Amino acid sequence: MFTYTLRRLLFAIPTLLVISFVIFALLDLAPSDPTGDLPLTIPPEVREQIRASLGLDQPFLIRYMKWLQQFFINEPINIFESLTGWQVGDGQRMRVLSWATRSPVVDLIVQRMPQTLWVVGLAYLFGILIAIPIGVISAYKQYSIFDQIGTFISMVGYSVPTFFTGVVLIVIFSSYLQWFPSVYDTNLQVTNVSTFLAQMRQMVLPVAVLALYNASQITRFVRASMLDNLHQDYVRTARAKGVKEKAVLLIHVLRNSLIPVVTVIALGVPTIFSGAIITEQIFRVNGLGQLLITAVQGADIPLVQTLTFIFAVLIVLFNLIADVLYGILDPRIRYD
Amino acid sequence: MKNIKLLLAGTVAALAFAGSAAHAERGSDGDLKIIFWQAVSTLNPFLSGGTKEVYSSSMVIEPLARYDEKGELVPTLVTEIPTLENGGVAKDLLSMTWKLKPDLKWSDGTAFTAADVIFTWKYCTAPDGGCAQAAQYEGVKNVEAPDPLTVKITFEEPKPYPYSAFVGAQSPIIQAAQFKDCVGAKAPGCTSANFGPIGTGPFVVKDFKPNDVVTFVANKNYRDSAKPAFASVTLKGGGDAPSAARAVLETGEYDYAWNVQVEPEILATMVAAGKGHLETAFGTNVERINLNWYNADPKLGDKRSTKEAGPHPSLSDPAVRRALSLAIDREIIDEAGYGDAGKPTCNIVPAPEAVTSTKNDSWCLKQDIEGANKLLEDAGWKKGPDGIRAKNGVRLSYLYSTSTNSVRQATQELVKDMWSQIGVQAELRNASASVFFGGDPASPDTFQKFYADVEMYTNNFDGTDPEKYLAEWLCDKVPGPANGWQGQNIPRYCNPEYDKLVGELSKTADLDKRHELSKRLNDMLTEEGAHIPLIHRGNPSAASNSVAGIKMNAWDSELWNVADWSRKK
Repeated sequence: MFTYTLRRLLFAIPTLLVISFVIFALLDLAPSDPTGDLPLTIPPEVREQIRASLGLDQPFLIRYMKWLQQFFINEPINIFESLTGWQVGDGQRMRVLSWATRSPVVDLIVQRMPQTLWVVGLAYLFGILIAIPIGVISAYKQYSIFDQIGTFISMVGYSVPTFFTGVVLIVIFSSYLQWFPSVYDTNLQVTNVSTFLAQMRQMVLPVAVLALYNASQITRFVRASMLDNLHQDYVRTARAKGVKEKAVLLIHVLRNSLIPVVTVIALGVPTIFSGAIITEQIFRVNGLGQLLITAVQGADIPLVQTLTFIFAVLIVLFNLIADVLYGILDPRIRYD
Repeated sequence: MKNIKLLLAGTVAALAFAGSAAHAERGSDGDLKIIFWQAVSTLNPFLSGGTKEVYSSSMVIEPLARYDEKGELVPTLVTEIPTLENGGVAKDLLSMTWKLKPDLKWSDGTAFTAADVIFTWKYCTAPDGGCAQAAQYEGVKNVEAPDPLTVKITFEEPKPYPYSAFVGAQSPIIQAAQFKDCVGAKAPGCTSANFGPIGTGPFVVKDFKPNDVVTFVANKNYRDSAKPAFASVTLKGGGDAPSAARAVLETGEYDYAWNVQVEPEILATMVAAGKGHLETAFGTNVERINLNWYNADPKLGDKRSTKEAGPHPSLSDPAVRRALSLAIDREIIDEAGYGDAGKPTCNIVPAPEAVTSTKNDSWCLKQDIEGANKLLEDAGWKKGPDGIRAKNGVRLSYLYSTSTNSVRQATQELVKDMWSQIGVQAELRNASASVFFGGDPASPDTFQKFYADVEMYTNNFDGTDPEKYLAEWLCDKVPGPANGWQGQNIPRYCNPEYDKLVGELSKTADLDKRHELSKRLNDMLTEEGAHIPLIHRGNPSAASNSVAGIKMNAWDSELWNVADWSRKK
């Protein structure tokens, strides 16, 4: 298992390099311009100077090599420095700078990460916690009223897009009932009970929208996987041995059914980091998804490049984790 | 008894005093909440140039003089506006002298001096800095300080209209002490300075989350000890224009929303909620349709829309250009897309009043389908079996491009329909704004390349003097491969007569004569059909009914007088 993991990790390096090159090339070929959003009163000569100051006058390969150096060498050294307080060299090195804010991209990401982890991560967690019991009961009592309602809700949650559910919840709970705010206050700091409650209140709507969506997907997997296992011979054997129904269901069937579900959950983790672009935009949560979409709109190429590449790394990594988990959970699967 | 009377009198006096003073006390009115649907990326307008950055930073850093809501110059950090009459502008027009107000302080308590002004000029003109406002300092030879309260600017050649450097929201003064190590290529490295410039304005940056929210607090060292009335400002960014308008007009969560360019009927229902109102200021924005004077036939490949392509087969006919303008009903376009935030116009220089011509309003402002049809008929453009006019095998069928934006697409549809009534066909196309205005020389869809017969967008000029703007239609400013498609004469209009008049304008110092010349230039462009001006666009913003003192300004930052804003009691 260890050598397998190591081999996969080593193989990931060229994969990621190719991915980074493809992203860079695609962004370079896309017809967008960082000075495109500026007022037309700024004359072309000045625009040319701005582009030059962003390094856009250099050839493609040089810009790519510079980004590689900044991202793989300079930024890790910087993180190392800020963690340990030690200084490597003179401390002066080019970092990946955002074109719109002219500040280091990594700082922007670090600033946005907590909101995304809290809102989207919590929604994912709630989604899983809701999905598993519903999936189990739905499968055990197949075609019962509970199953029908569960199926209906999960189909609605799965097929109705979040930009619709989000706005519907805002109209009902913010505009009409006025229970929860529609704009996420990103300046709120949790210091006491009342600010904690305020934080909870403003997280309710975005978390609810995303949790519904996540739960709908996972419920279907749990239900299908449970149904597969419920008809297996070992279940009949367990029952014939006189094992209690509860034990049959929760120990024999559920554990076996969770093997594919765990893989699905692991593969979904990178989407937490990429944020829920639309939901964050609707509720104005300053997370990574919102950062990415503003960067795309403003042709802030270094920021888009770095963010998408980090997402690529996460996807490759969690694919590996899913595979390894599969091997650990299911003794029948061996990679060596 | 006597004591009680005294006490009562004292209380009354104190109450009266408190009542009158409530309005004139710094920080008495709590938090002002502003929403910009495009989030602010940096607070250094020299590194960005975007309107949102210029406006947000204008609460912190100020120019020497700025424009008021009528477009007149008012002194901010100086004692008076230098003119020829008061001797502030030299007789030879080669220099001007600004006198700084004494005892001015930066928000950190240090003195504001002429050295800061000189530094600002050096900062923005440093090579490799990529300063977005470099054009403000065009023609400036030197900036010097004969004494700490005097700034002398010398120009390379006589400058009849010298108010550009250090004037208006685009050209604020930054502190030399804070930015001294951030000149040129080092500018982007100074993140903390760029995110929190020290200024002389009414507010100080307390916290900045890029692309999200800015928190300001009142400047303790602001020159007027009674201002600003608000203790803090929260400037939130993100979302879209309709939801920003809703947050002010319907839910009342915010006090002011910038640039709520939303369809008029949607805005009307929001205003009906009664929490806020719209403030519109008319600057110099004109939505226009440019007519391509060069051939844009796709068969010409890379040559199209350049000099080698030759004149346009049909748009080079003055009758066609005139007819296209006559066929358009500007009132309907205005009503459908702009409402109170637009007025029909036939001028490319629509304001200020002194330079606004009315010469062409009589024939151009009114739709005249019959007249247009007759004009085309007389010029020999005959309707074919498909209803499209043609002459010698050239059909009046045009590719009509613009940027992606719901109001523009609706306008395209309306114009297409109006043109069809005079036998002119239009094929509509739109490109994403970041591509259309992007200026990428490799892209065929930019407005500079103009690979279309007609194209529509808005442009304007900063400040109140149109000289630089009118110089955009000079023959040598035609974009083409030779200058990397960098040139502002988008219609490819070229008239030696026009060039001569622009030369004359650049040498004229007398204001009345300047206005006269500007009007003549504007009229030439409309009459000869370099473009078809459509709508004089205002800047609409939404304001809460609970905020007093807002004076909407199209000539400077909308937040230019935020120091005077207060909460209505």
